[in-house]
Amino acid sequence: MSLSRMFPTVDLGRGTRRFQRFVTLRGAKPAGGAPAPKPRGVLDPDLLRAALPNAFRKLDPRLLIRNPVMFVVEITAALVTIIWAADVTGAQRTSGAAASNPGFEFQIAVWLWFTALFATYAEAVAEARGRAQAASLRKTRSETIAHRRRADGTLESVGSSELRRGDVIVVEEGETIAGDGDVIEGIGFVNEAAITGESAPVLKEPGTDIRSSVTGGTTLVSDRLVIRVTTDPGETFLDRMIALVEGAKRQRTPNEIALAILLAGLTVIFLMATVTLRPFGQYAGTVVSTVALVALLVCLIPTTIGGLLSAIGIAGMDRVARFNVLAMSGRAVEAAGDVDVILLDKTGTITYGNRLAASITAAPGVPEAEAVTAALVSSIKDETPEGRSIVELARKRLDALGSPGGSRDEAGFAALTATITEEIAFRAETRTSGARTADGMILKGAVDAIGADMDGAMPKEILEGSDRIADAGATPLAIRSDTAGNCRILGLIELKDTIKEGLPARFEQFRKMGIKTVMVTGDNPRTAATIAREAGVDDFIAEAKPEDKIGYIRAQQAEGHLVAMTGDGTNDAPAVAQADVGLAMNSGTSACKEAANMVDLDSDPTKLLEVIAIGKQLLITRGSITTFSIANDVAKYFAILPAMFVPVYPELGALNVMGLHSPQSAILSAVIFNALIIVVLIPLALRGVAFRAAPAAELLRRNLLVYGLGGIVAPFLGIKAIDILVTVLHLA
Amino acid sequence: MAFGDFLTLAALAVAILIATPLWGGYIYRVMEGQRVFLSPVLRPVERVIYRVSGVDETAEQDWKGYTAAVLAMAFVAIAAGYVFLRLQNVLPFNQGGIPAMSPDLAFNTSVSFETNTNWQNYSGESAATYGTQAAMLAVRNFTSAATGLAIAIALFRGLTRRSTKTLGNYWVDLTRGILYILLPVSVIGAVVLVWQGVPQTWNPTQVVTTLQGATQNIALGPVASQEWIKEMGNNGGGFFNANSSHPFENPTGLTNFLEMFALLLTAFALTYTFGKYAGKQAQGWTIFAAMAAILVVGAVLAMHLESQGNPLFPNTVAQAGVGNMEGKEVRFGSAVSGLFAAITTGTSTGAINSWHDSFQPLSGMVPLFNMELGEITPGGIGAGMYGMLTIGAILAVFIAGLMVGRTPEYLGKKVEAFEIKMAMLTALVLGASILGFTALATATAPGQAGPLNAGPHGFSEILYAYSSMTGNNGSAFAGLSGNTTFYNITGALAMLIGRYGMIVPILALAGSMAAKRRVAPSLGTFPTTGATWTVLLIGVVIIVGALAFFPALSLGPIAEQLLQNAGKVF
Repeated sequence: MSLSRMFPTVDLGRGTRRFQRFVTLRGAKPAGGAPAPKPRGVLDPDLLRAALPNAFRKLDPRLLIRNPVMFVVEITAALVTIIWAADVTGAQRTSGAAASNPGFEFQIAVWLWFTALFATYAEAVAEARGRAQAASLRKTRSETIAHRRRADGTLESVGSSELRRGDVIVVEEGETIAGDGDVIEGIGFVNEAAITGESAPVLKEPGTDIRSSVTGGTTLVSDRLVIRVTTDPGETFLDRMIALVEGAKRQRTPNEIALAILLAGLTVIFLMATVTLRPFGQYAGTVVSTVALVALLVCLIPTTIGGLLSAIGIAGMDRVARFNVLAMSGRAVEAAGDVDVILLDKTGTITYGNRLAASITAAPGVPEAEAVTAALVSSIKDETPEGRSIVELARKRLDALGSPGGSRDEAGFAALTATITEEIAFRAETRTSGARTADGMILKGAVDAIGADMDGAMPKEILEGSDRIADAGATPLAIRSDTAGNCRILGLIELKDTIKEGLPARFEQFRKMGIKTVMVTGDNPRTAATIAREAGVDDFIAEAKPEDKIGYIRAQQAEGHLVAMTGDGTNDAPAVAQADVGLAMNSGTSACKEAANMVDLDSDPTKLLEVIAIGKQLLITRGSITTFSIANDVAKYFAILPAMFVPVYPELGALNVMGLHSPQSAILSAVIFNALIIVVLIPLALRGVAFRAAPAAELLRRNLLVYGLGGIVAPFLGIKAIDILVTVLHLA
Repeated sequence: MAFGDFLTLAALAVAILIATPLWGGYIYRVMEGQRVFLSPVLRPVERVIYRVSGVDETAEQDWKGYTAAVLAMAFVAIAAGYVFLRLQNVLPFNQGGIPAMSPDLAFNTSVSFETNTNWQNYSGESAATYGTQAAMLAVRNFTSAATGLAIAIALFRGLTRRSTKTLGNYWVDLTRGILYILLPVSVIGAVVLVWQGVPQTWNPTQVVTTLQGATQNIALGPVASQEWIKEMGNNGGGFFNANSSHPFENPTGLTNFLEMFALLLTAFALTYTFGKYAGKQAQGWTIFAAMAAILVVGAVLAMHLESQGNPLFPNTVAQAGVGNMEGKEVRFGSAVSGLFAAITTGTSTGAINSWHDSFQPLSGMVPLFNMELGEITPGGIGAGMYGMLTIGAILAVFIAGLMVGRTPEYLGKKVEAFEIKMAMLTALVLGASILGFTALATATAPGQAGPLNAGPHGFSEILYAYSSMTGNNGSAFAGLSGNTTFYNITGALAMLIGRYGMIVPILALAGSMAAKRRVAPSLGTFPTTGATWTVLLIGVVIIVGALAFFPALSLGPIAEQLLQNAGKVF
């Protein structure tokens, strides 16, 4: 350990955490923060089976009435069933001179029941997926014993469900922490794998803002902690998360309610359009059968979106949860889709927060290979991220220079390693580190530290170069070799806080979607501008103090923008609360998490970008299936209307553009298509429609083409195909 | 369709395109109380009106206050109109023993003129006195048109203002609409019409002896003063029963052109006014384009089909080249009559210069469909814009907004549950009234007694009547005996529902939108301007209209056309 002490960060806590994240990003998970997809697919057979009983349970009219469109379907299904039963039992029919046809009525009734069932099944499948995820969470919630401290300081053993806000509990090594809370005494490592999936233990200690909050269900792996409980039973993090992914306490979002109103309105309009057809038909001299009217009604009302609407909502929340983000409400996910300004902290979000070697320059008169080789040798034994990044860069350069020790030359590297006789560890007095070799000594360190015992022999170019590097926000290190009393400066290493891989491309995507990215940093404006340009963010706030964030957010909101930000510290809390979408890090303080409307369990700030995409995808899925559903009606008219009125006006057969076989086959085919399309679209509803970063105008054009035009054309083909099948099978 | 007919259409389009920014900009300045060139003359008059009526022109109303004022005005006007019509036999300016209207006809007529419908179950020349025509009906023509205008302006303000409760002051908007916008142009228009031969006289009906020695009663009256506002205010209630096909209402090809221009002028101009309010003219022009596209397609279809004539007629010399001339005036011709029909129903005017009943079935469907769309192409004065913005723009924006992954917004304001509820309510009200009353009429004896023709044509006559009355159009398909208790009462109800069932939710929507903050546009906001949006707007308007009314239309004009193709007529 040397360099991180050589250039101490302001906040050691943050530094440690960043280091952990660095390891995570480079190790278990792919860079860029996108977790690998969970193995469970959209249509897992076990889930599909498990959802079936629930689908039937949801047919209970008392439950279904919350979905007016499907409720209407169920009523019509019951109505046709009654008509069929009356016909079969020979009971007198009150309405209709049309000859009764029990076989046809039976099939219509069956398909109407299927229509309702498919809708409840879609919802049940969506819930089952959430429940599967919740089940694994619930395991960690099992009742644990907590040692509660009484007022007199003695301990009592109580069940975790008896803990109340404000209780103080003591947790010993190896025990499960019984509830959410803040550490007030002790220091210890906590394994949070239960909620984050990250197995590396996290250090917890009191009063450190970031590291004092613990979550119920996690395990203390060392030492002893005294914790003040911050939640009542049933309200803990895990409880909320389980409830949300299960969809148990799901409240419909504002947009979902608005869409439901639109669908209910359309249902009423179509109800009027079909009910009035009875007198219109009578005026024309025919009695349209109730079964035909019912079939037309069910085909016209937006059953496709009506049936899939709640499944889309549940699946959207589920997708967020699969990214290990806990959204406090569906509303927050929707709001994320609207965000057009994102505030991102530079350190840890845009950059790794570690200074990594970016370049090695040779001093005047020194061969580049020599400088690079010296940089390598000085760092081979240096295990800090900075040291390893120097090794990596140097070996890459040596490849290019054709010198031994490059990344493709393991033998040369081993030979170089063998020259090292002793590591020179970093010491606070010298502020340098390096290696002793047979020839002498190679050191690296801050330019002033390296030059301290050189009596001003530091070359002018090195000083200038180091100023240039420092001005750009990076850190210069000088390399010096001491051989037989000959002390030379070989070159400069530039250590730079590296921008995370793939981020500039992501920002470019967001720009295309009209989302402005703003970097917040404590750096001076010049440095900030350099990094902003490299990262490709649209704007930056330099020399930012915590209160600058909230000011910026307010100003943006006053201009009509919707702002998202991430935060972890207590001083972030006001800004997180002010932002339209606030994503708190799970490693953050309770105050910050309370203020946020989402919490990232992996504490990866770049997740915000995924959440925004999921929010957009959720809305697009809803809109696209709505458009598809309404566009479908055109073909259904052409199928059913001629079938209804050909008896009185045979000339209306001209509207039978699909050339359907008979009036009955036409009606039956339309009803079957209407039912099956729900099933066909379940995977789309659960997965969400493909989302691509593009300007709104382009998205609209594309989705209108696919779901609008496609929605008009598809049923013509589908109904015709079903009609052929129905005719071949002599079903009608 | 002859070249000259195209030329008429083109000339009209050019005239409207030129007039829209000029007139629309003028309307904006007037309604926002800015100085216009007429201010030196009219401003003192305006001030006197406020002082006399005790209106504080600076006091703005919230949507409830605005609605209450509109409804109060309507209630008083309908009640007063009813009393007037019941007493017209004893009131002054009765040109010759015209009796009082029956209670149901008086109710229907009073509602008709106050709702800007001008459905007439009476013949103007024989059933209305000069006093009625000038003092009651012509005045209503102004107030009902200005009310529509005021509501559109209130909606514009609601959509474009930020975080406010108020929508303006109805009394001020009404006054300015009449004083600065309707009156001056009506005076000029009336003078032009007088020049072209339209009478403006208090002389009673002239009794003349014809060359063949027969006696003819020639009805006259203060026609010109009522004629221009009838067209410009999208009222449509004719001085004479024959409406704009009467030579004293519409004597020449020029007056016909001017009347079509007057029909379209303000309705289209309001799109520009809207652009002014929205701060971006493209917003207005986009709506202009959507309205114009639907109108022109329908008009060209009607013009074409009418100029083709009825294929079942023997192809005589008289038939060749002139098209379907049944129920048309020779001085207008078949194609231009088709154009007039499309325009009078695309606006909510209902003035007619030919009998729509005699149109070919499909060209007869054009006016029918125009009305069932809610008369938004371009619609009545004000009513077209508020209908288009509510049913078209709000619903289109909702669906489109979702498809680009944002909660929907229009002009930077979020469209949420309440707005959708109100927009759906207006669409429901239209559908319920048209389909419901048509169903009632087709299912009951007094309703079935109305139509003169059998089969799908008779059905079209009923459907047309309730589409026209609900849409506050007022044109008649003809062929329907409307002056019965059944049609008078159900018709009046349809007109009331069609007018106030729309106005109240729309003002509520305006109030709710006014209170919202405005979200800044970005690349992620889809633009409510440009071609994609225009197409989407047209699509939503057509699909919402077509889906609700396609079954009814297929039993009316579509069935009739298919039957006619097979040689069966009614």
